[in-house]
Amino acid sequence: MTNTVLSCSYLIASALCILAIRGLASPRTARSGNILGMVGMSVAVIATLSLPAITDIRWILAAVAAGALIGIFSATKVKMTALPQMIAAFNGLGGLAAIFISASEISAGSEAYAEASIGMLIGAVAFSGSLIAFAKLQGLMPSGAVVFSGQQGINLIFALGIIGTAAAYIANGNIALFEILVSLSIILGILLILPIGGADMPVVISVLNAYSGWAAVGIGFSLNNVLLIIVGAIVGASGAILSYIMTKAMNRSLVSVMLGGFGLEQNKDGEQKPDDRKTAKSGNPQDAAFIMENANKVIIVPGYGMAVAQAQHVLKEMADALHQKGVEVKYAIHPVAGRMPGHMNVLLAEANVPYEDVYELEEINREFASADVAYVIGANDITNPLAKTDPHSPIFGMPVLEVEKARTVFFVKRSLGTGYSGVENPLFFADNTIMLYGDAKKVTEEIVSALEK
Amino acid sequence: MSDIWTLLTILMLACFVGYFVVWGVTPALHSPLMSVSNAVSGIIIIGALITAGGTEMNISKIFGLIAVFLASVNIFGGFAVSHRMLLMFKKKKTPGEKK
Repeated sequence: MTNTVLSCSYLIASALCILAIRGLASPRTARSGNILGMVGMSVAVIATLSLPAITDIRWILAAVAAGALIGIFSATKVKMTALPQMIAAFNGLGGLAAIFISASEISAGSEAYAEASIGMLIGAVAFSGSLIAFAKLQGLMPSGAVVFSGQQGINLIFALGIIGTAAAYIANGNIALFEILVSLSIILGILLILPIGGADMPVVISVLNAYSGWAAVGIGFSLNNVLLIIVGAIVGASGAILSYIMTKAMNRSLVSVMLGGFGLEQNKDGEQKPDDRKTAKSGNPQDAAFIMENANKVIIVPGYGMAVAQAQHVLKEMADALHQKGVEVKYAIHPVAGRMPGHMNVLLAEANVPYEDVYELEEINREFASADVAYVIGANDITNPLAKTDPHSPIFGMPVLEVEKARTVFFVKRSLGTGYSGVENPLFFADNTIMLYGDAKKVTEEIVSALEK
Repeated sequence: MSDIWTLLTILMLACFVGYFVVWGVTPALHSPLMSVSNAVSGIIIIGALITAGGTEMNISKIFGLIAVFLASVNIFGGFAVSHRMLLMFKKKKTPGEKK
């Protein structure tokens, strides 16, 4: 195969990969976009395998087959609520692959020390950072922030150590220095993600996603490969933009998220006793069913609690039952609801909620005033009006769903506890709020059976 | 293939393309965006294939093969889970006028 054919295949492959992302502009074009991405990938792989330098592909085929088997198996088996940790795991594998590629180039005698180091470094941080993110999301370790004194100083020392080692390695190409560099980078990745937890996870996953892209760019430079640079940059841009959207939806800067430890000063266990002066009204599911079936418009606000309770299917049943009684039902999604960008949208889609009924924050906020009921299920901070009124609150300035404007607000929650931010939600004590205590799924099931009577 | 400035120019242009393409993605599909971008970032398999394809079995080839395996999990898993997610995004039976 000539160089021209190879370059031409890479050109086609990069165009197809861009179109794969482009397709996600609308659910109508997304599936065909995904297929274009698969075609692009195959074109690139087949063209590369036809290079004269590749003389023995038996082992490669075996490795691809094994990878395909594991990849497809886990993709088909994973529960939709467990998607965030799966994405984290995949990001980590990409990072690990980048480490091995640079190691492989180095041991083959490549002298692109600087480029290989950059690809390896970013890959290593993505790898170990994703491992920690995975462990937190999967519940293998406490999901909250892990902070200790002098943490930022230690991170700084590691970062400086990496820069120093990298400089020395680039200068003399000693392979032992490369090995030290790998270990330091892996430790740095762990240290960077440890202090970030809970509701900051959407940002972490986006950042790690970006790293896996920039690692590909680094590898692309070390191999002089345009395709890797283009595709890596697009993935990097995607992760960076998602991180920006997520931090903006929390009114925080990327720096403050990455430094971590948010919400630690307050009691964030959800066990905090509410102020004695205030009392929250509580109701039972039967009352809620009665109020909702007599409403004209109900807006459902899902949060991470819905994902934990796996309540999306029964929620859809409730919406269907209401719909049959002529009630208009809409869903309102806050950008940071859940543990990854778009988490709630996927769960609702899994429960067969048509995507036209699901609205983003800006689209739906003005509609709460004309809604009879806001049904908040497993969400808290993203509805807290203090974000608009209290400049001293840690969540001040965060855009929130203005559920308090609805005539009646139902909160389905286990307790009166605070959310991740540790801030008490005054809405619980508002006159038009009724608390429905209990598991999100059980409460909603009871409402459904009351509606069907 | 090309000198460092050409590569940097390509990187810059790709960043611009990425910027505009990604802002065009509807927020409802941000989860599939992550898994699709995850899958396409498996493109680093190209780098692994080159070092894994030699006849001689040495440490470089072994590292390359491990990378091929890891990137394959990424590619197949990423596209498969995206496909699964995207199949779930359905319109209403009777198409509405909104959106």
